[in-house]
Amino acid sequence: MNNAGTTKHEPLFHIVKRSSMVWWKSWLIRIGSVAAALIVCAVITVLLTGKNPLGVYATMIDGSFGTPRRIWGLLQNIAILLCISLAVTPAFKMRFWNTGAEGQVLVGGLATASCMILLGDKLPTLLLFPVMIIASVAAGAIWGLIPAVFRAKWNTNETLFTLMMNYIAIQIVSFFAYIWSVPKGSGQVGVINGSTKAGWLPSIGGHDYLLNIIIVAVLTVAVYIYLRYSKHGYEIQVVGESENTARYIGINVKKVIIRTMLLSGAICGIAGFLLVSGTDHTFTRDLAAGRGFTAIMVSWLAKFNPLYMVLTSFIIVFLQKGAGEISTTFGLNDSFSDILTGIIIFFIIGSEFFINYSIKRNESLKGGKK
Amino acid sequence: MSSTAAIELKNITKTFGSVVANNNICLTVNKGEILSILGENGSGKTTLMNMISGIYFPDHGQIFVDGKEAIIASPKDAFDYKIGMIHQHFKLVDVFSATENIILGSGKKGKYNLKKSAEEVKEISEKYGFDIDPFKKIYEMSVSEKQTVEIIKVLYRGADILILDEPTAVLTPQETEKLFSVLRRMKENGKAVIVITHKLHEVLEISDRVSVLRKGEYIGTVNTCDTTESELTEMMVGKKISLNIERSEPKDPVDRIVVKNVNYTTRDGVALLNNISFEARSGEILGIAGIAGSGQRELLETIAGLIHPSSGEILYNNPQTGEVDNLRDKTPLQIRELGVRLSFVPEDRLGMGLVGNMDIVDNMMLRSYSKGNTMFLERKEPRDLAKKIIDELEVVTPDANTPVRKLSGGNVQKVLVGREIASAPTVLMAAYPVRGLDINSSYLIYNLLNQQKENGVAVVFVGEDLDVLLELCDRIMVISSGNITGMVDARTVTKEEVGLLMTKSNRGEKDE
Repeated sequence: MNNAGTTKHEPLFHIVKRSSMVWWKSWLIRIGSVAAALIVCAVITVLLTGKNPLGVYATMIDGSFGTPRRIWGLLQNIAILLCISLAVTPAFKMRFWNTGAEGQVLVGGLATASCMILLGDKLPTLLLFPVMIIASVAAGAIWGLIPAVFRAKWNTNETLFTLMMNYIAIQIVSFFAYIWSVPKGSGQVGVINGSTKAGWLPSIGGHDYLLNIIIVAVLTVAVYIYLRYSKHGYEIQVVGESENTARYIGINVKKVIIRTMLLSGAICGIAGFLLVSGTDHTFTRDLAAGRGFTAIMVSWLAKFNPLYMVLTSFIIVFLQKGAGEISTTFGLNDSFSDILTGIIIFFIIGSEFFINYSIKRNESLKGGKK
Repeated sequence: MSSTAAIELKNITKTFGSVVANNNICLTVNKGEILSILGENGSGKTTLMNMISGIYFPDHGQIFVDGKEAIIASPKDAFDYKIGMIHQHFKLVDVFSATENIILGSGKKGKYNLKKSAEEVKEISEKYGFDIDPFKKIYEMSVSEKQTVEIIKVLYRGADILILDEPTAVLTPQETEKLFSVLRRMKENGKAVIVITHKLHEVLEISDRVSVLRKGEYIGTVNTCDTTESELTEMMVGKKISLNIERSEPKDPVDRIVVKNVNYTTRDGVALLNNISFEARSGEILGIAGIAGSGQRELLETIAGLIHPSSGEILYNNPQTGEVDNLRDKTPLQIRELGVRLSFVPEDRLGMGLVGNMDIVDNMMLRSYSKGNTMFLERKEPRDLAKKIIDELEVVTPDANTPVRKLSGGNVQKVLVGREIASAPTVLMAAYPVRGLDINSSYLIYNLLNQQKENGVAVVFVGEDLDVLLELCDRIMVISSGNITGMVDARTVTKEEVGLLMTKSNRGEKDE
């Protein structure tokens, strides 16, 4: 049929929502997307630098797995990022966009550091650790509580509020870094209790980071159980899905918001504790190093499931480590490795579209001609 | 014959994932005719019309407008083919006037001249017998006025084919009459009008021909003058069903809930309930009729403890203790702790009564999850309850672990009503419990309400279909703009009387 008079063209493709997909197919798509990302990255590497892309990838893997020390470093980094991701997840499940993990980690770390500096030579180790943990948990929890109270009572925007709290935390940390700086006035705290190692998380079997990793592993399971099987977790989900439903069945929405943000901040406090006591043994304003924001991506990519977050935090840390390694080995600057990381994450997130939707060719054109 | 066809559909098919929404549908609408498309919810009526109006694109098949094949890939294309659709949910800018909304996006050439446009709007109104003030703002309008604006909007754009999706769902009987006379005038002017509906008596009253869809399949087209209500039902449902609702006499009714002089004013100072007093009796179904948004929702939420009245009392006569409790200012939790077994099926099923992303088991827990002293959830009882409800109410679902948002409207409602009835209530409030449900599910819900009534429950039923209210209820309370305008005996009152009460204080008494 000739449709003269109309210049309209039928669209070639249309998008159809998939009803559901078997798990292995969706994983095939995800793996495929990573492969596609690597190909695109390879092309870009050749075009921009002229280096052999396979060599670049080998260097990336080497950066994470090359030596036992690197592997421990990788695991340690995963543990910290995972810990912060676990912290933001209960809040996110409640649709409370806690963008303040950065600040909550910082104040937690500061609390740990101040215990180490002020009480390090006064308290026995057995007493020092509980005090450090309580202090950092309390500090993180308070930093989470403040925006929660404002949201619950006056319905303020939690995203902006928590974000602004980060800057306050950074300034407070800078302030104390100046006060406790060694030598005075340098603004650098340096290694705390370097000689006595008071307040340093002990190493197990010669591995400095093992205790960190164990603590985060336990925390992961605990958060998973809390969200999935506890009454609190159930309330968080109801409030997140629909505040109207929560009111309808008589959940005290304000209480749930405040309680959940206390928890979120408290786990951030633990992350701060692990960073200062278990890893860096010092503190700077860059203690969290942007992980408070990276954690948001980890949590989202894992669809708020703590067990999946182990995998997503691994991917992110692996990419960051590898990217860093490329820039030093090949003499490229950091921006290039950021380009590669960006491309890979773009493909991973984009693959979710193909899991939820399929693209079909329109057939009515042909059908009409028959 | 083919020369008078305004629009013709040939073998239209549309699928969403594995769901076939329309399968091989053929339809013809002639100029100067009103065609009703009849079908239950989920039968594919709206999908089909959305393809004509450019919102969806068919997977297979062709559409002919005036005998020529038309490719309608966007609403703008549809408008170029002079097709206009009036959606169930209005798409108007609240702060704009009628005229501004009508000319918005019409793409007419020439200067923006509001006065001239208003003249044109007036002209169209007079031609078809609309009653509208072109400068009135949308937020000041009643639902029926907003609908008028939507209709004028498509006429202004020169539409010759008009599609109306469930146009009478929100109207009173009087407003429906008015709309029908407008539609008849359009027909006389040679327009082709398609009305999507599931109300049988309206089909018989307004249309020339009726096309019936069932589960995405085209069943057939009949001339309205040659058919009957029961024949259409049979075509629509696929089997003969009786359309009678049983109504027993209430057995020793006693006042269960007594509402006294309740007022409710929002924080912004809008009075939504004015001096409401009534009583709901045990073993009786009390119907609440009114135009949507007249305060029905606020009234039920006040009783359920979701919102607190500004003044007044809500008294509950406890049948076990014989005590009288005042429910005012109590939260839903406190009400339950008092031993008041009050169940509430809210209007917003997935936004209030249930959580769409949770499975059936977890939704069963909503009322009971806090029981027990442990920190952890007990999923065994809810799982048993879910299975029982799936069995007894014939909920169509793969299993009890399916998220409720994946169920069809009727099955969602069965899950919700099933849970609310499972707690053996003494008061059951249901807001629009059959909205969007197919005929079978609707009758199942009516039966459940009747069973509760016979068990001595005080049932409060907020409905929109006056025919049903008149058949099902014992008494009907009419509410208009937050005022009670009548309490009538459902056995003797007529539909017209209720319709008049529904708009009563809107015009006369409102002078605060």
